[in-house]
Amino acid sequence: MTIDDLLMQLNTSALWIPAAGTALLGLATGTVGSFAVLRRQSLQGDAVAHAALPGVAAAFLLGGRVPIALVLGGAAAGWIAMVLVTLITRRSRVPFDSALAGTLAVFFGLGLVLFTYIQRNIADASLTPLERYLFGQASFIREPDLWVIGGFGVLAIIVIVACWKQFKLVSFDPAFAASLGFPVRVLELLLTTLTVIAVVIGLKAVGVVLMTALLIAPAVAARQWTDQLGRLVILAGIFGAVAGVAGTLASHLLSYQFTRAGAVPTGPTIVLCAAALVVLSLVFGTARGWLWTLLHVKALPSEPG
Amino acid sequence: MSATLELCLVLSVVAVACALPGAFLVLRRAAMTSDAIGHVLLFGIVLAYFATRDLDSPWLLFGAAGAGLLAVVLVEALEKSGRVKSDAALGLVFAALFAAGVLMVSVSVKNVHLDVDQVLLGQPDYATQPRWEAFGIAIAPVWVMTAVLGVNTLLITLFFKELKLSTFDPGLAATLGFRPTLIHYGLMTLVSITAVAAFDTVGPVLVVGFFVVPAAAAYLLTDRLGVMLVLAGAFGVVAAFLGTFAADTFNTTTAGAVAAVLGLLFAVVFLVAPGRGLIAQELQEVRQKRAFYELMLAVHLMQHEGTPEEAEESRLAGLHHHLSWTPAQVERVVTRAERNGLVVRAGELLKLTDAGRAKAREVLGDRISSEPQP
Repeated sequence: MTIDDLLMQLNTSALWIPAAGTALLGLATGTVGSFAVLRRQSLQGDAVAHAALPGVAAAFLLGGRVPIALVLGGAAAGWIAMVLVTLITRRSRVPFDSALAGTLAVFFGLGLVLFTYIQRNIADASLTPLERYLFGQASFIREPDLWVIGGFGVLAIIVIVACWKQFKLVSFDPAFAASLGFPVRVLELLLTTLTVIAVVIGLKAVGVVLMTALLIAPAVAARQWTDQLGRLVILAGIFGAVAGVAGTLASHLLSYQFTRAGAVPTGPTIVLCAAALVVLSLVFGTARGWLWTLLHVKALPSEPG
Repeated sequence: MSATLELCLVLSVVAVACALPGAFLVLRRAAMTSDAIGHVLLFGIVLAYFATRDLDSPWLLFGAAGAGLLAVVLVEALEKSGRVKSDAALGLVFAALFAAGVLMVSVSVKNVHLDVDQVLLGQPDYATQPRWEAFGIAIAPVWVMTAVLGVNTLLITLFFKELKLSTFDPGLAATLGFRPTLIHYGLMTLVSITAVAAFDTVGPVLVVGFFVVPAAAAYLLTDRLGVMLVLAGAFGVVAAFLGTFAADTFNTTTAGAVAAVLGLLFAVVFLVAPGRGLIAQELQEVRQKRAFYELMLAVHLMQHEGTPEEAEESRLAGLHHHLSWTPAQVERVVTRAERNGLVVRAGELLKLTDAGRAKAREVLGDRISSEPQP
């Protein structure tokens, strides 16, 4: 592939609309994911993503074909799953991770049932193959999707800015927050709801299985560079956006090698870009990175006293 | 044997094989690890395929099991570095390896049929067809699964004591020289091998369902580890049968239907489990509330027993005023207290019985009883 070829491949709206979509998506998931990672709820995203599947299918069955209907259906199912996990954890001795894994498997199974039903019984269903939601295909992002991702992404970021102080306290010291009279359960539910929103707007581009990584990876990468929450969240948002754009580009260029457009799903390329950011940050991060700690610790003994 | 019944039996074998190590995953709070392992298998299978270029090679199974273990080791290394929390490490490692697997499939495996859809849904219908070639013999997945069931049963029976102790008290296990780390990796190897054998038939997500859900339901019904293992296996078998017939009736995916039935089973146990279920909890709360109100009534009566104010304070018609209850509530509490033999009506007044006095004394102690009784 020559440089001219490459430039021609990049200079197309079929690339830039998905790239803009995944950039917005990464921005939103990075921001929201920071709180999930700090609260040790990283795996929540995984369960939400799997649990959203029956909601997407149900919305489709009920006649919802526009992106917003599918997103709302997915969000409803993901949210119900999270409420169930909280209920099971609070009212029985089943541990949190078992409740999460169980709910994930059951909801995903339900989703498979509905999707199989759709594929076997509804005529125009081959237009939305299951695989697209499992592994994500950003090239299917059209302008309406862009509005959905942008709208909900901006909404999530506004909520985080508006409740900054509360979220910060709840993430670091929920017991203290409760003693100050903050409605901790409501705030936690709000953070969970933001996670649900961030996950479902990304399903189409990144897919059910890998969506969780886009929540976790930017925050984990950002954590290696700073100890300050504000910087962490902003940095995570930027990392998320970078991973989104880079992954979409990579998928686009790899797909170009094949005859079929969209042959390479976007989810894996975005996640691998995010994972690369994590590895780089783990080595070079200026707060906790491996190299930085190594130099810092070596410098210590030479100090007098 | 009909095809449906055969499918039920195959899935039952899978269910029991998963439920045994699954019980320990639930108790050790490592349930999400099974989800991670289930997904990472794809990565191992693809790598092994690149090495052998043969989709029917048993090496694919070993590659998958190896990948599962690799994921566990990577997660623990990240965690021990102190830079990433355990839950984030788990989510990152499995997603990255799974992404690498999917990418390798879509980029390189052009003319070989390695359908990701089918990998995720499993192929329960083909479980009895010969699939793997080893030593010139074609082996069906169901026989691999049966062997794994045998190994799981044998190992868990042999090391029952060690597993039990290291699960419930790792500190004591280490002190007594049981090597909890070794047991941990042993269990993870078992989980990995079980997941590999099972996921070809039921897909990685139902594998998680089989590992976690029956064990979680059983955990709500018993305090004995042995009973929990048996119950978990039984739940798995019931779900396998009901799910297969449901899938048959509604013409849909078996793996999905079984997972949905597992959820239903858990929901039922969660509601009706004796002592621990939601209904039992609510009943318990109602009982406690009632007992508390009766106690309050007894204490109130005892406080004023034999005093000049008794005529006013213990008057049935005035009780709602003194106790700040509604008249209807007073009526309900008094009726129940009467039925339980704590109080008797004496004209206008309410009098304590001996049983009622003893009850009130539980709260008030000897402070009142030491005073002269009329």
